[in-house]
Amino acid sequence: MQEITYLAPTSLGDVYEALADGKKSVLLAGGTDIIIQLREGRSDAEQVIDLKHIPELTQFAFNSAGDLEIGAAVPFAEIYENAEVIERFPALIDCATLVGGVQIQSRAGFGGNLCNASPAADTSPALIALSAILRIGSANTVRELAVEEFFLSPGQNALEKGEVLLQVVIPNAGTNSGAYFHRFIPRNEMDIAVANVGVSLSLNNAGDLIEDARVAIGAVAPTPLLVSAAAEALIGKEPNAETFSAAGDAAAAAAKPITDMRGSAAQRVHLSRVLTVRALERALERSKGN
Amino acid sequence: MAGRRTQVQTKLNGEETDFLCEPRQSLLEVLRDELGLTGTKEGCNNGNCGACSVLVNGRVANACCVLGVEAEGADITTIEGIADGDKLHPLQQAFLEEAALQCGICTPGFIVSSKALLDSEPEPDEERVRFWLAGNLCRCTGYDKIVRAVLKVSNTSDNG
Repeated sequence: MQEITYLAPTSLGDVYEALADGKKSVLLAGGTDIIIQLREGRSDAEQVIDLKHIPELTQFAFNSAGDLEIGAAVPFAEIYENAEVIERFPALIDCATLVGGVQIQSRAGFGGNLCNASPAADTSPALIALSAILRIGSANTVRELAVEEFFLSPGQNALEKGEVLLQVVIPNAGTNSGAYFHRFIPRNEMDIAVANVGVSLSLNNAGDLIEDARVAIGAVAPTPLLVSAAAEALIGKEPNAETFSAAGDAAAAAAKPITDMRGSAAQRVHLSRVLTVRALERALERSKGN
Repeated sequence: MAGRRTQVQTKLNGEETDFLCEPRQSLLEVLRDELGLTGTKEGCNNGNCGACSVLVNGRVANACCVLGVEAEGADITTIEGIADGDKLHPLQQAFLEEAALQCGICTPGFIVSSKALLDSEPEPDEERVRFWLAGNLCRCTGYDKIVRAVLKVSNTSDNG
């Protein structure tokens, strides 16, 4: 690994100052990708800025509106061990327990997984389905961005120079709603998605009409995709097999995958359809518990 | 070309331990090369195999994915800190009794990772043990003997 300087600031002000000092900097949260990239010469950073000593970034809490605000450096394990998160946002648990093994989940979290901007990241489709908002800070201001706007290309996120991802905010989904994250890998555990899907459904009180829906697909395009055509196939319809099948068709039509060592383009299109239908069935089940 | 070295204060296997390291060194390199604790093994060195599993503040982590300087103020447990003096930890004893190792490179990682599981969940079932140990790779045993060893401790803790 090349020579680096390590900084462990304890305030956001110090982070912004370090980002402005002219050195090539990389922000460190869990480090499970960044440290490997540095060691393997895939990063030319001269300076590592550790975010794990900044209170705003290492805490998570439900705010007064019932939204979950997760600091960008909170590891997955802290999230999926929390009883209230398990109860309120099971789709977060679906994806958080699948990113690497427990050794990774002890360190890595939603913030780093998003910033890494992998097309196959397991948290992205779930967070898009849940309408997550990213709070992004810089020395002068804080802005908010819908998570689906955050991915520009493989490995490239929408952070501008001097900006830091502060929190991932997951809005209170309310009653009669359910979400689910589904992934296909050829092994049982510890693999990168061939395709993955996140969905959310909100139903009327009677449970026989879909009032709102979101479908997001991953590993089938250069970035994870929010599939508006799939939502259109769902909203205003009865939650039944025919409706879900139409949404699956829309997801398959939106998928623009490549063939690589993990799977063929045709397989990924097929998986987008099947995973969407199955995820919708399970999200519907969850909506009944709310 | 030694770079600038930083002093890091940790609690390592129960003892206050200071060390000097370069910011670019991983915790794995520090443990093995600076502190002589070679029980923690280097496998893939990229976060996939779990051979370098250590406990950082009670959570299991791959030491290859942690910088030595990140250990400042942390409580670290390595395989060297698992036994009670000459008395093997029940997991170590069970691994021997169940022949849960062949070449042995993965074994320290499996034991440290298994300890983290049993510390938080004393009686995991087989599915839970297999899911938890998914981040530890073994190319010799086929896993069955390892899982059996962990379950043996899981069950015996029942008997006090």
